[in-house]
Amino acid sequence: MPARDNRRPAYISRSSLQTLLDRLVSAGYACLGPTAKDGAIQYQPINNLNQLPRGLRNDQEPGHYRLRQADDERLFAWNHGPQVLKPLCFAPQEVVWQERQTESGMSVKQSMPATKPTAVIGVRACDLAALKIQDQHFMRKDSTDPHYQARRDQLLLIGVDCAESAQTCFCASTGDGPALDGGFDIGLAELADGFLIWTASARGTPWIEELDQQPATDDQLAEMLQATENAAAGQSRHLPNEKKLTQLYQRLGHSRWLDLSKRCLSCGNCTSVCPTCFCYSYEHHTAITGDSAEVVRSWDSCFSATHSEMGSFQVRSGIDQRYRQWATHKLAGWQEQFGRSGCVGCGRCISWCPVGIDLTEEVQVILNEGSRDV
Amino acid sequence: MSANPYLLQRARIDWIVQECGGPRPIRTYTLDPEDSTEHFAFEPGQCVQLSVLGEGESFVAIASGPEQDEPLQVTVMRVGLVTTALHELNIGDFVGLRGPYGNGFPVDRWRGKDLLLIGGGVGQAPLRSLLHHIEANRSEFGRVQVFYGARSPEAMIYREEFAAYEAHRDFDLYLSIDWKWGPDGPLDEDACEGWARVNLSNLRSTRIEQDQVRFTGFVPQIVQAVAPSPQSTIAVTCGPPAMIRRVVEGLEGLGFGPDQIYTTLERRMKCGIGLCGRCNLGPVFVCTEGPVFSYAQLQDLPEAFA
Repeated sequence: MPARDNRRPAYISRSSLQTLLDRLVSAGYACLGPTAKDGAIQYQPINNLNQLPRGLRNDQEPGHYRLRQADDERLFAWNHGPQVLKPLCFAPQEVVWQERQTESGMSVKQSMPATKPTAVIGVRACDLAALKIQDQHFMRKDSTDPHYQARRDQLLLIGVDCAESAQTCFCASTGDGPALDGGFDIGLAELADGFLIWTASARGTPWIEELDQQPATDDQLAEMLQATENAAAGQSRHLPNEKKLTQLYQRLGHSRWLDLSKRCLSCGNCTSVCPTCFCYSYEHHTAITGDSAEVVRSWDSCFSATHSEMGSFQVRSGIDQRYRQWATHKLAGWQEQFGRSGCVGCGRCISWCPVGIDLTEEVQVILNEGSRDV
Repeated sequence: MSANPYLLQRARIDWIVQECGGPRPIRTYTLDPEDSTEHFAFEPGQCVQLSVLGEGESFVAIASGPEQDEPLQVTVMRVGLVTTALHELNIGDFVGLRGPYGNGFPVDRWRGKDLLLIGGGVGQAPLRSLLHHIEANRSEFGRVQVFYGARSPEAMIYREEFAAYEAHRDFDLYLSIDWKWGPDGPLDEDACEGWARVNLSNLRSTRIEQDQVRFTGFVPQIVQAVAPSPQSTIAVTCGPPAMIRRVVEGLEGLGFGPDQIYTTLERRMKCGIGLCGRCNLGPVFVCTEGPVFSYAQLQDLPEAFA
């Protein structure tokens, strides 16, 4: 059990959560919460708990994602949709600077995002772990990305324990879930009737002080702990430990990469839904008059043809090389760069892969001692 | 909040030298960075992002030396969209400038040692920066041998500067052109006049005369023919990947250890500050941890020699 805040969580009813939401809205916060939209959980602006996916569950399998209605009042019994936090700080597309032809040559204007305080409700442990890695990457001391930081500074994160796991979840093996463990401001655990609530940052504290709270009973605490233990125990997938993952660099010639290239479409879905992938590109979008241009940054993927493009060739023209780059960098290279693997076990790359490639299975085959090298 | 790392400044083009013509012409631009009231400080081997309004950016090595009295120069071969746009600019026009980026050559660790600088084509640019630094601090380095090869005499860059080195003997200079050899010798004897033939089939039979500077043959072969000693020597090579591979093989054959050989890697950078992920190799980003790497480092990086 990961260390929690020193204070014992308190119990609040479902309606008290609405009070919290009201307080945030009246304080000028944009509140984002999970909604069922286009058949998936998506984070949308909300102001009422009725907008949350009441009783919804998610069935996730390789290449498969479906929402299913269950007969209960739970608001957070699903795990995740295609994404949560990444686009909130690292925008999928944004103008970084503008250039203009002037009398005296050219002028350059930096373009900064308009931001407002934003509360995100229902964030999971895996996504908080991913945000921590993205913070590490985009907010380095020597070169902080100002666009990322401007948005990040505005976030108030309300996390929730996962009481169930999807079939594709493997956060227990990466050590990133299913219980909340840092990186959030206010924590929630959903009980059969109501929530346990606690604060994990000075920023979160004032928001819950005036809620109608009751001390949590021992039974309620036990229910909370049992739920995440059950969720962890329910996970059938896992990644090998980090030390083992570094051995991927000794397996660059493994035949499985070629085998993967016959299944992988190089579509980039996995990198889009991955909460830690940070590659981007930018292009000059030039006005038709030719005298001004916007430099637009957008998410890129190591599965795209242009990602490794050089003057006259691609460093990674084969899909085998691209999948290998993605998997080895994320699971092994990141350990040296970020002090940990870049995988938080959310399993999105498995669910949202159109051909159902399972990262955990591929890695195990490639690292299997007895398997064949080419 | 720290300074915006994307902040670019304007730089005025003060001078342009057409280094060579042909299908891929090369020009050297002297730039005056507008916001740098003081000297634009950098290390030899570092790069800048140059941009042309509406066209995009190009990550190029700085070609001038880092000393205070030298103006900032870059050497650009016309190959793609941005470099073509750069080649269309004139003196007095402005480019966007970001940087300097990357690690640069670890010159402080090389003081007191002998150096081999082995360049090919436009890859000479970062080596020119290094050479200017060595020139300005000549007593801090031992013997310096400079190898430079181009496709033909016309394709040589920095011609006047090399001619000056030839005349003043500041360094041991070995210039070469890759000539296409027919069965009976060079295809055009006139074009190769003054460029001594290196017997490619038997390098050991090639005698390098003391005052000989110009050769016909590929750079790796000239290096083999000269056979420099690895004793307390660092070799730095920049140029086309095929040349680098053969130079490195040759140097290893001469007894150079992987930590005595340095090169620069080329990737198509976007951000230049270790964020965009596009120049990732294994656990490094070429734009921040490179572009200068020792061969010892490269041996552990997948796809370094792709």
